[in-house]
Amino acid sequence: MYIAAAPQTRTTSRRHPLAFLASVLRLGGIGVNTRFWISIGLLGAILVFGLLGPIVLGKRDPLRIVGGLYDPPSSKVWLGTDNFGRDVFTQLMYGTRTSLTIGLIAGAVATAIGVVIGTISGFRGGMLEEALMGITNVVITIPSIVILILLSIAIASRSVVVMGLIIGITSWPWTARAVRAQTASLRAREHLDIARLSGAGTLSLILWDIIPYMLSYIFMAFVLQFASGILQEAALSLLGLGPSNTISLGIMLHWSLLWEAVRTGAWWAFFPPTVFLTIIAFALLLLQSSLDEIFNPRLRRK
Amino acid sequence: MTSRTALLEVEGLTRRFGSGRNVVTAVKDVSFTLAPGEIVAIVGESGSGKSTLARLILRLLPPTAGTIRFAELGDVTRLRGGQLRRYWQHVQAVFQDPFATFNQFFTVRRFLLRSLGILDDPPQGTARDKAIAAALQAVGLEPSDVLPKWPHQLSGGQRQRLMIARTLLLRPRLVVADEPTSMLDASLRVTVLNLLAELRQHGTSILFITHDLGQAFYLADRLLVMYQGEIVEHGPVEAVLSAPRHPYTQRLLADVPRLGEGRTALTTSEHLTPHHFSTSS
Amino acid sequence: MQPVLTVENVEAAYRLPNAQEVRAVDGVSLSVMPGEVLGIVGESGCGKSTLASVLAFTARPPLRIKAGTLAFDGQRVPLTESERVPSDWRGRLIALLPQGAMNSLNPTLRIRDFALDVLRAHEPNVDRRVAVERARERLQQLSLPPRVLDSYPHQLSGGMKQRVVAVISTLLNPRILIADEPTSALDVSSQRALVHLLLELLERRIITSVLFISHDLPLLSNVADQIAVMYAGEIVELGATRQIVRTPQHPYTQALIRSTLVPERTIQGRRIEGIPGQPPDLRKPPPGCRFHPRCPHAMERCTRERPPLELIDGGRVACWWVFERLRVVPSREGSDA
Repeated sequence: MYIAAAPQTRTTSRRHPLAFLASVLRLGGIGVNTRFWISIGLLGAILVFGLLGPIVLGKRDPLRIVGGLYDPPSSKVWLGTDNFGRDVFTQLMYGTRTSLTIGLIAGAVATAIGVVIGTISGFRGGMLEEALMGITNVVITIPSIVILILLSIAIASRSVVVMGLIIGITSWPWTARAVRAQTASLRAREHLDIARLSGAGTLSLILWDIIPYMLSYIFMAFVLQFASGILQEAALSLLGLGPSNTISLGIMLHWSLLWEAVRTGAWWAFFPPTVFLTIIAFALLLLQSSLDEIFNPRLRRK
Repeated sequence: MTSRTALLEVEGLTRRFGSGRNVVTAVKDVSFTLAPGEIVAIVGESGSGKSTLARLILRLLPPTAGTIRFAELGDVTRLRGGQLRRYWQHVQAVFQDPFATFNQFFTVRRFLLRSLGILDDPPQGTARDKAIAAALQAVGLEPSDVLPKWPHQLSGGQRQRLMIARTLLLRPRLVVADEPTSMLDASLRVTVLNLLAELRQHGTSILFITHDLGQAFYLADRLLVMYQGEIVEHGPVEAVLSAPRHPYTQRLLADVPRLGEGRTALTTSEHLTPHHFSTSS
Repeated sequence: MQPVLTVENVEAAYRLPNAQEVRAVDGVSLSVMPGEVLGIVGESGCGKSTLASVLAFTARPPLRIKAGTLAFDGQRVPLTESERVPSDWRGRLIALLPQGAMNSLNPTLRIRDFALDVLRAHEPNVDRRVAVERARERLQQLSLPPRVLDSYPHQLSGGMKQRVVAVISTLLNPRILIADEPTSALDVSSQRALVHLLLELLERRIITSVLFISHDLPLLSNVADQIAVMYAGEIVELGATRQIVRTPQHPYTQALIRSTLVPERTIQGRRIEGIPGQPPDLRKPPPGCRFHPRCPHAMERCTRERPPLELIDGGRVACWWVFERLRVVPSREGSDA
């Protein structure tokens, strides 16, 4: 007889636009564990490339001019040069590092704000919840790219940290809504009653009795925000609103488009950053979808 | 109903859930008193409103109407924040589900330390460790064995005993025990009931909530029978047992499984028909 | 009369991640006669539910069946070779009403979809209307309101849900229903109603026999014709209900009976003692008789030798203290364990 397992934590595959892609990955027909380790392997390789690469190969300035306009790959410049004659391979290493950093900051900021607003409104309920969710819904309806463009223009010098903060501050509402729903379902648990009877205040209850129970959920939300942050950075940089005085995967694409790398056949200028962005996003979504399944046995294929 | 010696005095307590056409009255105009050192049982089947009543009395749920008075604290129905804390120093709980009442991320030690937070002047240092050890030993748990453990490493019976150890540690004047044995093996129930009975020797009163008249008879001095949110019968255990007046009490009494000698014992009564009793008696 | 189900020497163990073994069922033999309710009583963790899943062929890793044979309707198969179990035994002729079944209903499906699922599992081509009609008839036959089929699980009370699940699990007229703690989450009134339902299923010959597993001896004593008392994976006493209740032999059975609370004047004001201590850790069960650490009558021999299950007055008991008292010489020697 068929009896469905009771849902433990609700799947994150709701609401967030990227979560749709993650749920598509689930249909791939590959086992959970395989997908988990593939994603870990890919992310590990990217991290090693971005973080250890510059150390192993010696520090190089990615903005230094080493050749001419679109030199093809050679033994000296492994992936050729870009429109300014800068080494594409070095740019790829530092660009990956920048993109990951911005994604990480954006993901952390979005998750932190989302968790604070989500738990407080879900736990307290009433007027406070109405007000906080009202703000959240307003932020959700404004296309984040518009805020990003306005903010990016308003701030003259955009460092990597500032970029991460800007993206994080505009993308928390999804996390806040998801966390609020989880908190509301945890609020009535009996262990909270015992904690109240032990004199625990709101902060203690949220910190010790609510958040630990949704850590797995929060982590999955963070992974999703991480991936989304990297893609948003690429989109902004593509428009020329990326971080100043550095290189990122998005900025590489920006220049290659401006200097018509596609038309001139300089594939090495636009192909590597595109592939890297795809791999990073793919690996993070694969990680998210496999974690979702590990934490939610109900989704597991029979 | 107003006696100066009462510890707890509940009057006209009502709780409604929902609104408009979907309104459900879970607890309807409940009044009773509980004297110091007394054990009162509230008996009813699931859905009779007895657990809602427990949460109302514990002030974990606000009532729709009615008042709760507690000894020298007076009317505690509208207490908030720090004043509520004062109330909880005197009134504690043991809940039904020994698996849901523990924060699974706390060890037993941390759980007990946190519980001491309700006291204004909790014991410190070695005095504290001694108090914890004594409370655990009183319920038959070995302190060095259970203190470092996580809740999932304990059996259901051990967890319920731990909950009772918690109340021993806090020494409240009233313990609301909401079905503390219904998720335990029959063979463990007596042990838990005996521990609750021992709480009384420390001067603690107990409001014991159960669906099983057998357990109520064993533990309590007085009975309140609850049906569809109302108290339909009340009185000393002896009286209700020997002459139950309300048909619902009679059925509850008949439903308690006694040791039988095979299946013939059951076939005489009819229980497949839905039962409805007037609550206006 | 031939027993409808016989199991012999069942051994089943859980393999822990650290390669340790938990012997949850150790050398259990049972038989169930047609028309009979066999009760199995014991504390949590004594192997009752493990035995139920072995008998219902729902054992899955990490639970492994290490030995034992099962004979159903005269046909014998080794339990260790699951591929030799005829497919219509599984769920069709031997059905399981699992512990907590009522809480695992899919909350988004109506009861009638659940009925359809159950029927489709064994008759893949059954028409939806036919299936619902069959469920409706069965509910009417058992005086339950057929409108529950249109309800969602949350609209029914716990007791009603459990009864409906029991009725639907038996739609295919299984020969044997294995009910694993069907009443433990219910209040006394719903317990009684469920027990009635099971007995009615038997009386109407919808099912032939019931294996009723419970920790509640008083409840069981009103349903079962025979009772097997399980302790730490073994059967320690087995006999007719009347005999078990009136003249319990094994100290564990006696303790279970002593800890019964009934609403009668005899128990008021009197202190009843529970069974001291905990059931043993089955990763390393105590040597000899597994009950000896909690037994008031334990002797030196109990700590060394495992008592065999001996025939005494038509029942079976495994206890050195009983053997000595009744001057029984075990037919086979106790094994050193």
